[in-house]
Amino acid sequence: MEIIQEILKYIGLAFIVMGSIFLFLGALGIYRMPDLYNRLQAGTKASTLGAMSVVLGVGFIQPDWLVKLIIIIVFIGIANPLSSHALARASYRAGIKPYFKKEIDAYGKAVEKQLKKIKKKLQNLNE
Amino acid sequence: MHTYKFSLKKFIYTFVIVLLVWYGFTTFVAPAELITGVIVSLIIAYISVKNFNCCDPILMMPSHIFYFIKYFFVFIGALIKSNFDVARRVLTPNLPINPGIVTFNTKLTNDFAKMVLANSITLTPGTLTIDIIKNKFYIHWIDVTTEDPEQVYKEIAEPFEKILLKIYN
Repeated sequence: MEIIQEILKYIGLAFIVMGSIFLFLGALGIYRMPDLYNRLQAGTKASTLGAMSVVLGVGFIQPDWLVKLIIIIVFIGIANPLSSHALARASYRAGIKPYFKKEIDAYGKAVEKQLKKIKKKLQNLNE
Repeated sequence: MHTYKFSLKKFIYTFVIVLLVWYGFTTFVAPAELITGVIVSLIIAYISVKNFNCCDPILMMPSHIFYFIKYFFVFIGALIKSNFDVARRVLTPNLPINPGIVTFNTKLTNDFAKMVLANSITLTPGTLTIDIIKNKFYIHWIDVTTEDPEQVYKEIAEPFEKILLKIYN
């Protein structure tokens, strides 16, 4: 039994080290990328897998907590992409322009269309 | 504005899921905790049943379990790949990116399925879902190779959507 525990401990440590490396790379990405959207890209991916594997590593070292840790992992997996989507959407609508090498922006037109509709509705209400 | 009708079925699904999370965190220790869990779950289910929208009874059918497992593995594979992708881009000195916002149409109709697809796209290599307007996805792509919606669909969404369509349609 003790041998198994020892092996599990080292597997857990490996997961924690791997997670920390991914988190570090994510932080580096946030520092190096040119604009908000690219920073979100680097940050979301790296922090999701990084946090997940750190938590999973803790689960290997301390198997009693495994159920709680799995719930936490599922929560991270749902909440991280959702929050990055909310940030990206809100900042685009607040007028932060993305960085382009060559302008490819399908979203701008859609936002303008929506704004026009809202303006029309407001005008109708005022009249 | 549509008025909301209280649905008992949805209430029960919400209740069960909240209760399972509660028991996951407390891991069945004392009877007092079980009772507290039931009361708290009832309150939370009552408050959030209006907005909580994930658990149709169709989803619990055994024929779908295979697809859930398949989706899970496809998803984990994409997540790991995307992390190496980020690592490669960040560690390359001249930062090889060519960002742009592209769009594609989805065939999914269920809101929850759209949410799952959007989340999966965010966690796959080089893509970030910015918005969903009706059936159009707007995606920030770190390295744009094509602007054509059909090609975009093939490159980004197809492996996930194929499985989701089987579950939801």
